[in-house]
Amino acid sequence: MTRETYVNAFTLALFVAIPLWAVVADEPFTITLMTRAAIFAIAAVGLNIALGLGGLVSLGHAVFFGLGGYSMGILAYHAQTYMSLAEWPLLIEGTKSMPVIWLTAIVVSSLAALVIGILSLRTAGVYFIMITLAFGQMFFFFAISWSEYGGEDGLSIYVRNGFPGLNTLDPIQFYGLCLGLLCLVLAFAWRLANSPFGLALNAARQAPLRVETVGLDPARLRLVAFVLSGAIAGLAGALFADLNRFVSPVMFSWQTSGEIMIFVILGGVGRLFGPVVGALVFVALEHWLGGLSEFWHIYLGLLLLLIVLFARGGLIGLVAGREAVHD
Amino acid sequence: MSLILLIEQILNGLQFGIMLFLMAAGLTLIFGVMGLINLAHGSLYMIGAFCAAAVAGLTGSFLLGLIAALAGAALAGALVELVVIRRLYRKDHLDQVLATFALILIFSEGTRWLFGSFPLFLDVPDYLSGPITLPGGIQYPLYRLALIVIGLAVGLGLYLLISKTRLGVQIRAGENDREMIAALGIDIAKLYTIVFALGAALAGFAGALVGAIQSVQVGMGEPVLIMAFVVIVIGGIGSIKGALIGALLVGLTDTLGGIFLPEVMKLFFDPSTATSVGSSLASMAIYVLMAAVLVLKPAGLFGARA
Repeated sequence: MTRETYVNAFTLALFVAIPLWAVVADEPFTITLMTRAAIFAIAAVGLNIALGLGGLVSLGHAVFFGLGGYSMGILAYHAQTYMSLAEWPLLIEGTKSMPVIWLTAIVVSSLAALVIGILSLRTAGVYFIMITLAFGQMFFFFAISWSEYGGEDGLSIYVRNGFPGLNTLDPIQFYGLCLGLLCLVLAFAWRLANSPFGLALNAARQAPLRVETVGLDPARLRLVAFVLSGAIAGLAGALFADLNRFVSPVMFSWQTSGEIMIFVILGGVGRLFGPVVGALVFVALEHWLGGLSEFWHIYLGLLLLLIVLFARGGLIGLVAGREAVHD
Repeated sequence: MSLILLIEQILNGLQFGIMLFLMAAGLTLIFGVMGLINLAHGSLYMIGAFCAAAVAGLTGSFLLGLIAALAGAALAGALVELVVIRRLYRKDHLDQVLATFALILIFSEGTRWLFGSFPLFLDVPDYLSGPITLPGGIQYPLYRLALIVIGLAVGLGLYLLISKTRLGVQIRAGENDREMIAALGIDIAKLYTIVFALGAALAGFAGALVGAIQSVQVGMGEPVLIMAFVVIVIGGIGSIKGALIGALLVGLTDTLGGIFLPEVMKLFFDPSTATSVGSSLASMAIYVLMAAVLVLKPAGLFGARA
């Protein structure tokens, strides 16, 4: 076992132990914080597939996060107002069922990722960064001007959506759902990284020309990675909206994209648990530093700067050394 | 929809485009010479606006405010370059994005801490306020017209600087081959600091000029920054000419789209739906333009390299 494996196991243990302690000590707010961390971690694991594995620096993952959020918002809004979503060509009703909402979020955000991916993957490098950022802003302004679903004010959902067999209004049960999904997503990311596809994608990041010479198409590999990555971020968005029972254009903003990227970098790019550690540390900093000073973003900025300049492997890299990175 | 309104809106679009050009020119110059993507360019725009508002508020002179904006932004730019940015040239784009994102957080919160969350106001000076009558009897705000003229003058100055002066030769040489010009005995580190400060000054200047029409507040730089990215993507990275044409295209599309798309939609929908559909579409217009350029010319209209 490498040191990184111990770090991963310890992180997972924290995700189980802290909420259990919170239940015993009757601290529901801590459970909410951990739920937030788990959901951010899902989004960041999604981004890490594009960023860490594929080398695609996407500053537009807020699009998928936001689309997931609005999938939940719009479906639940129609369910709570008893208006059907569409009557023609077939009758579509709103829903309060989480599995249906999740599926919708995943489908909608993968479709968006497919279109954005096809357009923006025509370019690389700085262009790609700017274009993904610009597409994020496009969705942001669209959501602001779309007055039917709240425009700038966003949409409030009065009661959290349901999951068969669980009481999602109980914080720990909803947390359990999110943690379960996080584990599933992590298992998927791990399998993906070790699958032929993951290896090819990794190779396409390091030596695209060689990948092409063995008959694989790097552009297609990247597009698939981008779509998978967007789908997972969309799922996280739906969960995040359910946690807050609220969606607003802020989910689409460039700050959201930046924050999802921060989760990945804080923990360590390309490492399985990097995004998880990053999300947990971010939520902890947000809570503690935010309590100490109104201007906690200054400290976050300084920390980020230090990590970029002096600790490329992120926090996991600091603890476990660089051995896991093979490039 | 009269001809006068059309001309007014075209002038508004030009004015917006010219201000975008000041931002985009700095960005594209910094990318062209140093290969750096600078997300904190919007913060320099904000710093310029705050310097102008603070100095103009203290002294009552708009001109001193503008000078303060230029000096303040250039100074902030040079300082940031010396402390942080120069460590990033050899790193990959991901590191550059993150470090400059971190700078945005530091600058934004630092400004909020210094000036508070309430917007400041920068007044248009008396000699530039009020409307002016253009040929054809069109009334147009003098200040906005002045912005167009000033912006074009700065653009011309930039062109002369780059094509006619010694510094310009060094900048162009730096774009082409940085090892070679270092070998020729030019202090490349100093050149980089100068180029970065120049880009910063342009951004700060734009921020101060626009600050007099809009409010001066934290976070004012980022929407402009992202629009400047759209401009660069359309014009082609590293090309000043591309930045000018891209900026005018984006400025006109955004302004005219916001006015005319709701009108066009009225042909198809009832008025209230038309307004909401039209304004939603208008907010997306420049991104559609960007996507179209990408499909046709992935390297931008004047891009030398993809």
